[in-house]
Parts: sequence; structure tokens; C-alpha cells
Amino acid sequence: MSNTDDSKAGWPLYEVFVRGKRGLNHVHVGSLHAADDRMALTHARDLYTRRNEGVSIWVVPSVHIAASTRDEKDPFFAPSADKVYRHPTFYDIPEDVPHI
Amino acid sequence: MTTTHSAPSATDGAEQQLQEQFDASIAKDQRIEPRDWMPDGYRKTLIRQIAQHAHSEIIGMQPEGEWITRAPSLRRKAILFAKVQDEAGHGLYLYSAAETLGADRADLTERLIEGRQKYSSIFNYPTPSFADVGVIGWFVDGAAICNQVPLCRSSYGPYARSMVRICKEESFHQRQGYELLLTMMRGTEAQRAMVQDAVDRWWWPSLMMFGPPDGDSPNSAASMAWKIKRHTNDELRQRFVDMTVPQAAKLGVTLPDPELRWNDERGRHDFGTPDWSELQRVIKGDGPCNAERITRRRTAHEEGAWVREAASAHAAKTAARIPDAPQTQEGTAA
Repeated sequence: MSNTDDSKAGWPLYEVFVRGKRGLNHVHVGSLHAADDRMALTHARDLYTRRNEGVSIWVVPSVHIAASTRDEKDPFFAPSADKVYRHPTFYDIPEDVPHI
Repeated sequence: MTTTHSAPSATDGAEQQLQEQFDASIAKDQRIEPRDWMPDGYRKTLIRQIAQHAHSEIIGMQPEGEWITRAPSLRRKAILFAKVQDEAGHGLYLYSAAETLGADRADLTERLIEGRQKYSSIFNYPTPSFADVGVIGWFVDGAAICNQVPLCRSSYGPYARSMVRICKEESFHQRQGYELLLTMMRGTEAQRAMVQDAVDRWWWPSLMMFGPPDGDSPNSAASMAWKIKRHTNDELRQRFVDMTVPQAAKLGVTLPDPELRWNDERGRHDFGTPDWSELQRVIKGDGPCNAERITRRRTAHEEGAWVREAASAHAAKTAARIPDAPQTQEGTAA
């Protein structure tokens, strides 16, 4: 992802997401410039799926992506850091209890 | 570029803390991602390296592209088409990575066609015979693999990820080249002579692809410290020689270096010194094809301007006609 808006060339930047095969999520693979959504899809196909890397493509103008802040110690994620009871390993279960 | 320039100083506590976090990430072999804070020097070095790399892929389409219309069979033509298309793709992955650092695509193209940013010296050599297509795949793509495999672990995430993709595709490039040469070597005496001639012409320029010797490579130290680069130029050159010598023997060609021999003590090959003054000449623009390559890239860019403008005009017109309507029929994303 980039903070570049329309460049001098006038074609906006798109982010590309590819579903590798059925049953998998779409994954971000990179970006490209295109005049419109349809061209972005065609270019994404030519650029990111030349060897059967995908069965489905999403493209979205980069400017439409909202993102959390850059800081690795972002307080935005703090709520998940102090809730160890959300993990199965938090609970002590006797060794001889089966299937748990 | 859109970097902010804040003067680093010990009194600037916030800056110092960011620097420490960055240094810790590098030390722990963690990847740096686009929105992370990074030193200006790191960003500039990466933009320069990635842009040069991207330009090399784009210019690299030309030497072999010249043979597409003259390929000796439909099979070879289809392979060459696919390979040259891959080079374009590699260029685009890399431009995409450079843009995550704040570089502007149009600006990078301008820098290339105005000669303000460099590309690999190797693409300034001519391709007078079809054997050159094979030798480029074998040597040039082989050297590129030596260079690029360690870059898959480069500290900058988007660059490393582009490299993973590119390396997978380079393997096809190298193998199709070697296979082409094997085929020619099974042919006539004249064909074998063409292969040897191409090997003689490309060997030294291929060794130069790894850049100047370590003692003379001003940017290497910083790039190594930042883990942008993982190995020195000389180490990579040595690996390439060690890798290529047995392949040459199998193919039945001679590498044009009288000093080339196995060194039992080192467990590696000794080899001669490339003509570094030639490398400097070619880098400075005085290679056999520098002017031709840039002119062709400039012409393609300028003559393609109307296509880019027409596509923009069409997009604007369509958007105005159906405001807020989706432009495709693919439906919702989920």
C-alpha cells in the first residue's frame, strides 16, 4: 500500500487481492495503476495470475483503504493484549481428562 | 518522494526512540513494512535499489525481445514471448514495491528515460545471434537468481515479497535458456560455434552484473548493515562462477577465462578479474547499446501517451455517466 494518490500519469493506484484457490481467502499481492476498475482487473489478471495463481481477483483503489496507524505498539490493539483468558491455554485441565 | 525530513539529533527523544525501534527490528531480523518509521537513508537507498532493479527488468525486455519475430520455431517464439512478458511483470512488481516507499511511478519512468536513474549494465550489450537468447537465460538470469535469492530475505517486506515471486519465475528463464543451448549444441558445427561465440561475449559482462569489487562498492556497507543486501558483490560473483562451471562442462562450451581453475584449498574456483574500466564505461552510458535502449524506451513511452490519455478520458466519461454505479458486473466482493 502506498500514500500515492493520482500520479502525474493520471491513473490511480489499485491494491490487488487474489484468491489462490477455492476455499482460501483473498490475499493482498501488490498494486498496479489502471484507468478504471475494469482495466485494473484485467491488468491484475495479466500481472499477478500468469501461472494459475488465482481463481478470483479483487481490486480496490488504494485511496479507499482505511488502515490502523503505523506504530507497532499501537494502543489500538491494546484491548487484545491483556485478555489471556481468551486463549485455551489459560485454563488448567487435569491430564487425565480426555478429548479436551 | 514524500518523506519528512526531521533532523536527527540526540535531543529529539521521539526520533531517537523510533530509531531504536527500527534498529531493534533489523537486529531481530523482522521485516520493515511500508507504514513503519524508517531512517531517510534507508528509504532513499531502497528506492534507488528497487527503482534500478525495476528499470533493469523493463529495459531487459529489449535485447531478447528483438528475437521474438525471428524465433526459429513456434515453440521458441511462445517461450520467448512468455519470458519477455515476465520481465515486464517483474518490473511492475518492483515499481509497485518502490511506490510503497512514496516513490511516484511517473517520476520513476521520467528518471529512467532522462538517464537520471540507472539500470543493469548487462542490458547494454547487443544480441546478434539466437544463441544470445539462450546465453542470456543461462548467464544473465542465472546471475540474477544468485543476486535475488538472498534478497527474498531482504529487510524491507514489499521488496522481499516481490523477490519471492520473481525468483520462482526466473527459474523458468534460466532453464529455457540452458535447454535452448543444449538443443543448439546437438545441432550443426555452425550452431555450436554460435553458442561458443555467445558464451565468449556474455561471460565477462555477466560477472560484472554483480557490481564493482567489494573494496570499491560505496553503498554496500550500509545496505548490508540494514540487511537490504545479504551478501557482498564478490561473494555472489564467486557463487555464480562455482554454479556455472559444471554447467558449462556439461554443455560442452569453454568459459573464456585462462585463469579459471578449481582451487582445492578454498574449495571454490579461482577466476580472472573482469575489466572494471569496461563496467565503468558502460555504467556511464558508453556501452554498445545504451543510447538505443533508452531511445526505444522513451519512444514507447511517448508514443503510448495517447493510449493512456484515451483510457483516462474513457474512465472519466464512464464515471460521469453513471455516478456511483459499480463499473463491473462482478458483484459484491464477499
